[in-house]
Amino acid sequence: MAATDLAAFAAALAGGSVKVIDLTFTLSPDFPVIVLPPEFGQASPLRIEQISRYDAAGPGWYWNNITLSEHTGTHFDAPIHWFTGKDLPNNAVDTMPVADMVAPACVIDCSAQSAADPDFLLTIPVVEAWEAEHGRIPERNWVLLRTDWSKRSGRDYANLGEGGPHTPGPDSAVMRWLVEERGIIGFGTETIGTDAGQAAHLDPPYPAHHFLHGGGRYGLQCLRDLDKLPPTGAVIIATPLKIINGSGSPVRVLALVGETG
Amino acid sequence: MTQPLSPPRKRSPLNRTLAPSQPPAARSRTSHGFTAAAAEGRFALQCCAHCGSFTYPAREICPECLSTELPFVEAPRGGVLVSETTVRVPADVYFRERAPWRIGLVKLDCGPVMVSHLHGDCAEGERVAMSLQLDKSGQAVAFAKPQQETPHMQDDRQWREMTADPKFRRILVTNGRSPVGLAAVEALLKAGARTIHVGVPENWKPFPEEERLRALDGVKLVPLDLGDERSVRDLAADIAGKTDILVNTAEFVRPGGLTDRQGTSFFQMELAETYMGLVHLAQSFGPAMRMRGADGIDSAAAWVNVLSVYALANWQPFGAHAASQAGCLALSHCLRSELRSGGVKVMNVFTGPIDGDWFQTLPPPKVAPRAVADGIVSGLRQGLEEVFVGDVAQDVRRRLAANPKALERELG
Repeated sequence: MAATDLAAFAAALAGGSVKVIDLTFTLSPDFPVIVLPPEFGQASPLRIEQISRYDAAGPGWYWNNITLSEHTGTHFDAPIHWFTGKDLPNNAVDTMPVADMVAPACVIDCSAQSAADPDFLLTIPVVEAWEAEHGRIPERNWVLLRTDWSKRSGRDYANLGEGGPHTPGPDSAVMRWLVEERGIIGFGTETIGTDAGQAAHLDPPYPAHHFLHGGGRYGLQCLRDLDKLPPTGAVIIATPLKIINGSGSPVRVLALVGETG
Repeated sequence: MTQPLSPPRKRSPLNRTLAPSQPPAARSRTSHGFTAAAAEGRFALQCCAHCGSFTYPAREICPECLSTELPFVEAPRGGVLVSETTVRVPADVYFRERAPWRIGLVKLDCGPVMVSHLHGDCAEGERVAMSLQLDKSGQAVAFAKPQQETPHMQDDRQWREMTADPKFRRILVTNGRSPVGLAAVEALLKAGARTIHVGVPENWKPFPEEERLRALDGVKLVPLDLGDERSVRDLAADIAGKTDILVNTAEFVRPGGLTDRQGTSFFQMELAETYMGLVHLAQSFGPAMRMRGADGIDSAAAWVNVLSVYALANWQPFGAHAASQAGCLALSHCLRSELRSGGVKVMNVFTGPIDGDWFQTLPPPKVAPRAVADGIVSGLRQGLEEVFVGDVAQDVRRRLAANPKALERELG
């Protein structure tokens, strides 16, 4: 029966009734990375060093060496990334269950609020209002925070100002609630981190990281085009590189969207 | 009187760019005593340790007393131009292309007679001030200028061959975010630079001085991440052929030596931003600049690296940084040799700790970014290869020359 379903699924893909949407930014050297005080270690932006390009270093072929952090570009956070998840089993990208890499998503549209206030914080009432319209968030779902932030670029995207980055994200209570009361598989954003730009000042600091990873859940960030997803029904495929003991990985995130949404 | 330089005219694509040629470069090993002095803007001659007489040209034995102890020492610069010659049809290609060329004999106050290139305002029978200059082959030659300042003196045609004066030149300063880069831009503009492209790394981050920099006449901000090969290559594609002076102000300072740093990421970053940055710049800009070393009054002229003086001798509290700077220094010597055939000088500006964020807790003396900028400009105007800015850099230079081992112990 599974084989039949998959054949139907493949046919739906081929026929276009299931669409594949790319939620990934192009990995490029000038894409912003998280900003930490410079005395701390820093995430490397992407660096590309050409090995050869049909030239003396390799007459028939073109290829590059790349350098980047596990948290550069559109990327996946595993529980081991945060101290709260450090002792969990299978908490790194190489050991996490592969089944977790394919899961449905609920998309909460906060683009209007984020346009009005770059420091907008997602709260429990906002999610409850969404649930009133679309139903309770099922367990093992991604919750993706749509802010349309991915339509910005460069400086507007990083939005650094007085006191650092000003980008939307979740507050502390909603993160705990989503993990403990809704059993989400993970939380995804269009901004540089799963947390708000000013999340260092929340309690606990960086609540998305704190509660997601402490609960063995995952993060996705620097997603784009969440406006192309329906509020419910999309399926996310996010397969981090199998980096030994990796805390995360740059990732190509795809969404499958059925014709009726 | 020196004719002031006129702004260069636009090049016609119908004309071939003059390929750089070089004056004769052969020198004896002993003669490189002059090279060492010229590189730093000193005037040095051999002076017999026994009888005290100065001698020229370079010799192995004192012509007065036959002593073999003939160290190079600072010598008085004064002299009289006893005869001058204008060479109208020289046999040598380099001078033929630049004829007529004036040379002369200068009787030095300290004794010897020197064959010297002449500033246009030097007249026979008058007093002159001597210097040693590095010519387009990178070798030391004697140069006589009038003892008193004359109008537009710096614009003299023969003097300009010896220097890399910023006047009318198009310049790239690689980092406008850094205090040194910012100060360099202002000093170079003041020195008459025609245009300055100013690199802005991580263009997605705002910085406080940006608006002021952008408002300066002749300044153009360009995205430039030295650690990113493509970023450097893309900029070079636009401007390498019209960059006459490249000022590499790359800096990445973090404290720590080898064992007291956690992990290796800062080592990687400092190498990426400084060592690899220089590699990227050299590969992208070097070939174009080398081709344009004889391209008129705004020819390619110089490549400047701002380096920590601890590139010469490791200072443990910032030991890893010093090591990365030592790597850059070694690269600069390689680059110097590779650009020499184009007549493009490589000037290293060594500084002690700079007054800024990363040396905040160090006591004075620290070097003001402005002083580094002034060192860059005056070094270019004199045509130097080595500039030591500030007390710390000069002190390290002296102690290294006196006893490298002692310096190692004192710094470590």
